Amino acid sequence: MKNLFKSNAVIMLVFSAVVLTAPIWLDPIGANYPDLLQKFAIFGLFAIGYNILFGLTGYLSFGHAAFLGVGSYTAVWCLKLFTMNVFLGVILATIISGIFALAIGFISLRRSGIYFSILTLAFAQMAYSLAYSVLTPITNGETGLQIAADDPRYLDSMLGITQQSEGIPSTHFFGFDIKSMDGYFGFYFAAVVLIIGFYISLKIFRSPFGLKLRAIKSNQTRMTYTGFNTKPYLLAAFVISGMYAGLAGSIMVAIDPLAGAERMQWTASGEVVLMTILGGVGTLIGPLVGAAVIKYLENIFSALNNSELTNIFSWLPEAIQTATVYIVEPFVGKGWHLTLGSAFMLVVIFLPGGIMEGFDRVKNLFGFGKKKSSSEGEAK
Amino acid sequence: MNKTMLEIKGVNKTFGGLHALSDVNLQIVEGETHAIIGPNGAGKSTLLNCCIGKLIPDNGSVTFNGRNMIGMPPHEINHAGMVRVFQTPEIFPDLSLMDNLMIPALASRDGTIKFNPFKSMGKEKNIRDEAMQSLADFGLEKFHDQHAGSISRGDKRRLELAMGLIQHPTLLLLDEPTAGMARHDTNATIDLLKSGKMGEMTKVIIEHDMHVVFSLADRISVLARGHIIATGTPEEIKDDPKVKEAYLGEEQEDE
Repeated sequence: MKNLFKSNAVIMLVFSAVVLTAPIWLDPIGANYPDLLQKFAIFGLFAIGYNILFGLTGYLSFGHAAFLGVGSYTAVWCLKLFTMNVFLGVILATIISGIFALAIGFISLRRSGIYFSILTLAFAQMAYSLAYSVLTPITNGETGLQIAADDPRYLDSMLGITQQSEGIPSTHFFGFDIKSMDGYFGFYFAAVVLIIGFYISLKIFRSPFGLKLRAIKSNQTRMTYTGFNTKPYLLAAFVISGMYAGLAGSIMVAIDPLAGAERMQWTASGEVVLMTILGGVGTLIGPLVGAAVIKYLENIFSALNNSELTNIFSWLPEAIQTATVYIVEPFVGKGWHLTLGSAFMLVVIFLPGGIMEGFDRVKNLFGFGKKKSSSEGEAK
Repeated sequence: MNKTMLEIKGVNKTFGGLHALSDVNLQIVEGETHAIIGPNGAGKSTLLNCCIGKLIPDNGSVTFNGRNMIGMPPHEINHAGMVRVFQTPEIFPDLSLMDNLMIPALASRDGTIKFNPFKSMGKEKNIRDEAMQSLADFGLEKFHDQHAGSISRGDKRRLELAMGLIQHPTLLLLDEPTAGMARHDTNATIDLLKSGKMGEMTKVIIEHDMHVVFSLADRISVLARGHIIATGTPEEIKDDPKVKEAYLGEEQEDE
């Protein structure tokens, strides 16, 4: 039984079911709208990829937003130059961000620990600054890179695909408009990519390659005396996670075809670190949970205001209601970062293994059988 | 006489003004168990580190089975067949004992670099069996799914030994294999090192404990202040006046 719950097929089946039914079970907490669901999927993908570097090898990169940005710019240029079909952009963005990751990783991995983190941070900030200054012809600077009605789109015109209507054309995936189904097609598109990304991550986690990466995290010196050249392994993990970031960036573009340099800022790199740690470093599903929690707080909590709070607590006696609203208010709306910060501190102090460790503890507390706990732990 | 496996010739190593090793010459012959003894700070660990690529000697040569080892990175030295067992257990504390043994087994099979991100660890039956067998040989099979960081110090030393052995080295370098062990654990380790495959293997042992040295060694070299002052059979070493003066004399008075 234990093996059944742990087999790849079962995990993928449960995972796919949970992801694809997200619009249903996220409805009660007010998270069922395409824009937010897409963010869950995109940032989940970003964090899952990031976890292959940070979670498995322990190398803390502060520059992964740069690869997200590179992926975004590549995808927009694909839309402008070649075709409105997002397929090509997604593929090219993944490859090009992988090449960037190879170059940056090659240099950054000459150092480890804090020096590695600083090097990646420096590269990402460099990319961010360049996007605003020297590279303006490519990035369109502060305005951001957008598609326009009169873009060449050589591939589309070669294949004789013409625009049906005037104005800026919309992105599509082999004819299916990304914005169709009230925007839900965009979510399902991102969700399918997320499922594929999760499957690859699952395979890596359970491969000899993944085991070697974990061993590097545990004791890198020993790895060299055990006969492994660790550098190429680290570089491979770095490139894979960079490709995930580029892929996530291109999905962003597929859904909303514009790219701006603010995506590459160091705060964006920091956010994915927070997501991974909040959810559970080195766990399969933790980064996705962390990404969802942060994006949920960012979108739902930041939208709450005084009158809505008053509504939520209307069942309390008026004096207590006013007091409660007074206390809770700084934590929502513009102050949602306060909630995030407190949640993050609590998790790091009490649950070093992230939210996933919390799940495990709750399950053990209620004495679920081992086979149940492992299946839920990995499938949720 | 058997052929020389490891040859150390004229090796010098200085740290700042300190001569850790001066003109060390040593030959390890195939099949023997060679003990290197000497007082603290004599340069025993430095000598070992010069062999496995952790340190590069200032001059001199280290030749292993006819191949020059100086300047070779540690992972290649490992694949040349020289494997070191560390004094303080260098294990993978966050991984299970099973994983701890599968990693060196994978190293022996895959070489220094092999990417196999889409192979399933569950299908690596050979590696798994080999690791399990090795755990059983060392009496560690009951801990196979525990984290290596959580087992006792003596068990960690045994795990460390198992990790060295699973790679089937041609030369095993043991750095104080019994340091910090209780007497009965020490004796068990001696038996282990004498028996079966381990007994036949060419070994270099650095050791403080004279009981261990005289139980195991075919030949002994004495290192003092960076110089090899004597090499010979245990009997020769026991009677050597220079050795007595430098090392054994003091040690026997303590006991």
